[in-house]
Amino acid sequence: MQTICLSTPISDEAVRTLKAGDKVLISGTIYTARDAAHKRLVDLLQRGEPLPMELQGQIIYYSGPTPPKPGMVIGSAGPTTSYRMDPYTPKLIENGLKGMIGKGPRGDEVISAIKKYKAAYFAATGGVAALLSKTVKSCQVVAYEDLGTEAIHKLEVEEFPAIVINDTEGNDLYREGKEKYQVR
Amino acid sequence: MREISTDYITSVIEKLCIESNTIMGDDVLDAIRQAHKQETSEVGKDILSQFLENAALARDQKLPLCQDTGLAVVFIELGQDVHLVGGDFETAVNEGVRRGYINGYLRKSSLDPVKRKNYGDNTPAIIHVEIVPGDKLKISVATKGFGAENMSEVVLFPPAVGIDGIKRFVVERVEKAGANACPPVIVGIGLGGNLEKAALIAKKSLLRPLGERHPDPEIAQIEEDILAAINNLGIGPQGMGGSVTALDVHIETYPTHIGSLPVAVNLQCHCHRHREQIL
Repeated sequence: MQTICLSTPISDEAVRTLKAGDKVLISGTIYTARDAAHKRLVDLLQRGEPLPMELQGQIIYYSGPTPPKPGMVIGSAGPTTSYRMDPYTPKLIENGLKGMIGKGPRGDEVISAIKKYKAAYFAATGGVAALLSKTVKSCQVVAYEDLGTEAIHKLEVEEFPAIVINDTEGNDLYREGKEKYQVR
Repeated sequence: MREISTDYITSVIEKLCIESNTIMGDDVLDAIRQAHKQETSEVGKDILSQFLENAALARDQKLPLCQDTGLAVVFIELGQDVHLVGGDFETAVNEGVRRGYINGYLRKSSLDPVKRKNYGDNTPAIIHVEIVPGDKLKISVATKGFGAENMSEVVLFPPAVGIDGIKRFVVERVEKAGANACPPVIVGIGLGGNLEKAALIAKKSLLRPLGERHPDPEIAQIEEDILAAINNLGIGPQGMGGSVTALDVHIETYPTHIGSLPVAVNLQCHCHRHREQIL
């Protein structure tokens, strides 16, 4: 297990060095998107229309932040449960997405796409949203403002902490961690 | 007859919505500190430390512990000698929720289930009213996130499944939920009643302070057995492997039918947000 500083956009080479269980500190631009925004993005791809943001080498953070208090950049912003995005994720990975940050295990099709197209799935700690929001230095809505908290927000983050769950070799920290500590 | 104004109810509910989302309960903090001592995984220990750090920050800066500030579940115990004055009761409760979520900068998650259009003020609340003896009014607000709620389940088993079968079902439910329910979880179990009663008492059991056992020793033993079995699963904090998967297990029971053994499992995340006030 190692701690890796990762800057976005991320290259195939950088993704290949990541191993399940590694701690990462992510800096640069990441985009928030939840269920409703994913549906719209995939609808655009299926119609062959351009997306409202760059996907190549990017990371999507499954998060719907709370409203910022006056003077704050963002409200609390932790990860939501990832499996809900599973129907859309392989299509986004095919189109250049390199990383997803959420919580909870992914389906087989997502894990296959991660291996095939060289991407990574990261977990951030759920329920520590106040703490995680302190790594966000700027926040701006770039698409789907009508969705409110579910809009796509462009975040600039500094050393956002996450752990690699699924790597390009098919390892899975959730499976391995559970096996290690299970009492039979 | 004692009079309580509905305006007062509104202001208390506003305050409870904000406090439950920003202040972690002392029983939860104690349970997390205890879990930190027991946890054998380094990653797990680190995650539990983050929970405590987040709780301190949220409390100091009045920030939501989690971005999913939930749907507001409001339990009311209304003394039968109380006369509510000033306005409509349900409107007063929802106005409290609306103000709490707007004035507290909380996330508004409630929407139309078909159109998926957000109402923008997190109303309506889910309101459960019970008429009890006396002239007090007790308000409990549980702001329940849906990571754990989505992992909950109700099954009406045949009686032959027995208590051992119930134990297995609950442990499997927690195992299937894994990291999705934001472990270490609190497990609320409703045993008996019928379809809706089982679910309701499962949710209500979550309001009991952590570490407090059911008063019936036989049921208390079942709680302990299930807790031990869950902590043997190895799921650990946030599902990354570890020895603490649940902080507590609570069971509430209700008489049921000769032909059924209903059980509801209502999972709760480690933030375990709820606040009470007696008026």
